[in-house]
Amino acid sequence: MASTSAHKNEGLGRRDLIKRSAALGLITVPTMSFLSACASGDSGSDEKVKKGTASKTNPLGVNETAPLEFVIFDGGFGQQYAIDAEKKYNAAFPKAPKVKHVPTQKIQSQLQPRFNGGTPPDLIDNSGAEQMDMGVLVGKNQLLDLTPLMNAPSIDDPSKKVRDTLRPGVLEMGQFDGDPVWIMYYAYTVYGVWYSQTALDNLDAQYPETWDQMLALCEKAKKKGIAGWTYPGKYPYYLPFSLYPFIGKIGGREVLDKIDNLEPNAWKDPAVKAALEAYYELYRKGYVLKGTPGMTHIQSQTEWTKGKALFIPNGSWVENEAAPTTPKDFKMMVAAPSSLDASDKLPFGTIWASGGEPFVVPAKAKNPEGGMEQLRIMLSEESSKNFTKQVKSLSAYNGGTDGLTLSTAMQAGVDALKKAGDNVVNPRLQDWYVKLQKEQIGVSGLGEMMAGRATPAETIKKIQAYADAAAKDQSIKHYKHQ
Amino acid sequence: MQHGKYRFIVGFLAAPLALYAVFVIWPFVQSIYYSFTDWTGLSPEFKMVGFDNYSRMLKDDIFWKSLQHSVLLVLLLPLVTLGLALFFAFMLNVGGRRRKNAAVSGVRGSAFYKIAYFFPQVLSIVIVSLLFQFAFNPSDGMLNSTFKAIGLESIQPDWLGDPKLALYCVMAVLVWSTVGFFVVLFSAGMASIPRDFYEAALLDGASRFTTFFRITLPLLWDTVQSGWVYMGILALGVEAFTSVQVMTVGPGGPDYSTTVLPLYVYQTAFRDGQAGYATTIGVGLLIVTMAFAAIVMRLGRRERLEF
Repeated sequence: MASTSAHKNEGLGRRDLIKRSAALGLITVPTMSFLSACASGDSGSDEKVKKGTASKTNPLGVNETAPLEFVIFDGGFGQQYAIDAEKKYNAAFPKAPKVKHVPTQKIQSQLQPRFNGGTPPDLIDNSGAEQMDMGVLVGKNQLLDLTPLMNAPSIDDPSKKVRDTLRPGVLEMGQFDGDPVWIMYYAYTVYGVWYSQTALDNLDAQYPETWDQMLALCEKAKKKGIAGWTYPGKYPYYLPFSLYPFIGKIGGREVLDKIDNLEPNAWKDPAVKAALEAYYELYRKGYVLKGTPGMTHIQSQTEWTKGKALFIPNGSWVENEAAPTTPKDFKMMVAAPSSLDASDKLPFGTIWASGGEPFVVPAKAKNPEGGMEQLRIMLSEESSKNFTKQVKSLSAYNGGTDGLTLSTAMQAGVDALKKAGDNVVNPRLQDWYVKLQKEQIGVSGLGEMMAGRATPAETIKKIQAYADAAAKDQSIKHYKHQ
Repeated sequence: MQHGKYRFIVGFLAAPLALYAVFVIWPFVQSIYYSFTDWTGLSPEFKMVGFDNYSRMLKDDIFWKSLQHSVLLVLLLPLVTLGLALFFAFMLNVGGRRRKNAAVSGVRGSAFYKIAYFFPQVLSIVIVSLLFQFAFNPSDGMLNSTFKAIGLESIQPDWLGDPKLALYCVMAVLVWSTVGFFVVLFSAGMASIPRDFYEAALLDGASRFTTFFRITLPLLWDTVQSGWVYMGILALGVEAFTSVQVMTVGPGGPDYSTTVLPLYVYQTAFRDGQAGYATTIGVGLLIVTMAFAAIVMRLGRRERLEF
């Protein structure tokens, strides 16, 4: 063989060979082979299990011997509530094999290939950071219409349909265009301004119902070295949790609907301008906790539970999430956004509440009736109470909190809903246009404004441009409020 | 001797080449094919759209921003990392003063430094990113606390929350986590340079500076070049993706100030449900990577020194 160094006329040298192959190999590492790992597979066998006969105890006609596969997102809510509900399914259908329970945090990477291959599981809790885009799934006919479940009798009271036992807005959220219900949102989230009653008591203050009171309270806190507000600066898309209902309160529901519908100039509405200017004032007057733009949600929540800031825009999961750092005497509460002034269209108490934790049954599931039946069981009063007890969150089942001892935060949520009455708004940007909501409006728009790097006027212009671009983009599916 | 040489080589290479073709080349071909479709990644249905994805990519501001950041990383990171690594390796191996009987040795405590430098290699880049996320925390992170402790209270940057600093914060972390590997790599290279060269230089009264540029660097050139390519690949691929994804605002922000190509591929495919377009950006990344490797290989070509 050729020697290692002198190889002028000896054909292929070892070093060259190694060098070239190493270079080629290295190049491949970072590029795109990971994408093709989930390339379209063969469409698997489409054999669905035979539908069973419907009866009073089995209104959906579940095949009593068919297996059921349930993929659950193992996140903030854990999985115990699902395991408990599966036991009930097994008890109802003793002849079927035990429910196959698959907990994961990697919803998309686990399930994408199975959707592509046409062999998805029967029920999915499509949640978490790796949530599959519901708009795309619906657009490509990958989900089952859950209307039969909505029209089935409820477990607790067969004279009632399941749809009549849900909290307001939950069913509508599962629709996109027209009547079919694609998604069953199982949790019920209250968004708003979160605070500690103890911290306010220490300042001799009540929750400020007007913006002037809010500013006065922030000033008072500032003198004591406490910031008024903080927010997850790394994920500024938390800001809308209190900002959107604030906008809706100032200008009425139509303003939010126009924004959701991506109508031209929707962001140029005076209500948006007023709300953004009010928030910008928090920054301008130094009421936002220093360093907030560089904090994660956990970091900002920790500063908040340490008492360094009074208010944080958040959702009801924060109670569970911040529990490790929350002092015993914190008395966590949630309230609706303060009124801007007397000309607000909606009364104080207007709040954002909506379904969370989306469950779907794939259109190509082998045992879709089983998937729906499992959901019907979960929507019973007993399962709902079990969920609320375990994860400190309301469920989509309307009521079901009687007889439970609620924490101050949950009680505040229930009270806020009661006070809001019909004035519950439900902006849809975050489930219709994820990129627009999180990255463009959240990070590039509101995040930059609250860090003091853009004025409200500049921010509105920027966001309007993003919204217009999204409206024109043919590669995303567009939705409208009915 | 030469008879049947190629048959011999091919015989040995057939199996690995087949594996390579199936698991590396074929995905490439597939990806390029998908880049001409409107595949969502969530359903097996898609149709061909011709060059739509490509014309969209050329008009996409975020693509250009990501490309800009990736190119900046690929230029700056190897320069800083390899420069530091060369300096450290030189000090550790030949930079010390004459001690005991050895004419050429490293600085005092070089064995310890070697371990200290290499230590970050043991940690996964995700862990490193998470750790630095805490260090960069503006309110009670290590950096700002240090500033406070030494009386520089007025300097309290937002670090990752500041679009002007964020990308450099990411770069600093990448340098910190990779420099140790190259220190070890270059140390190994330097160990194979005959000691007599250094001793001769020493006798001639050469300074450390001269010794480095006249002896060490030229004899180490092959290693440096491989290191350069390797570092560039890291800067274009996995490492950059991970640290940006874990550490930065958004991630990719604030206001797109840290987004890089692999992150954009990931977000487009797995958040926006546009796998077809994502493969198009992937092809863009492929072209950038190939161009980088080709340029480095060509520019770095030198006459090989034998010893």
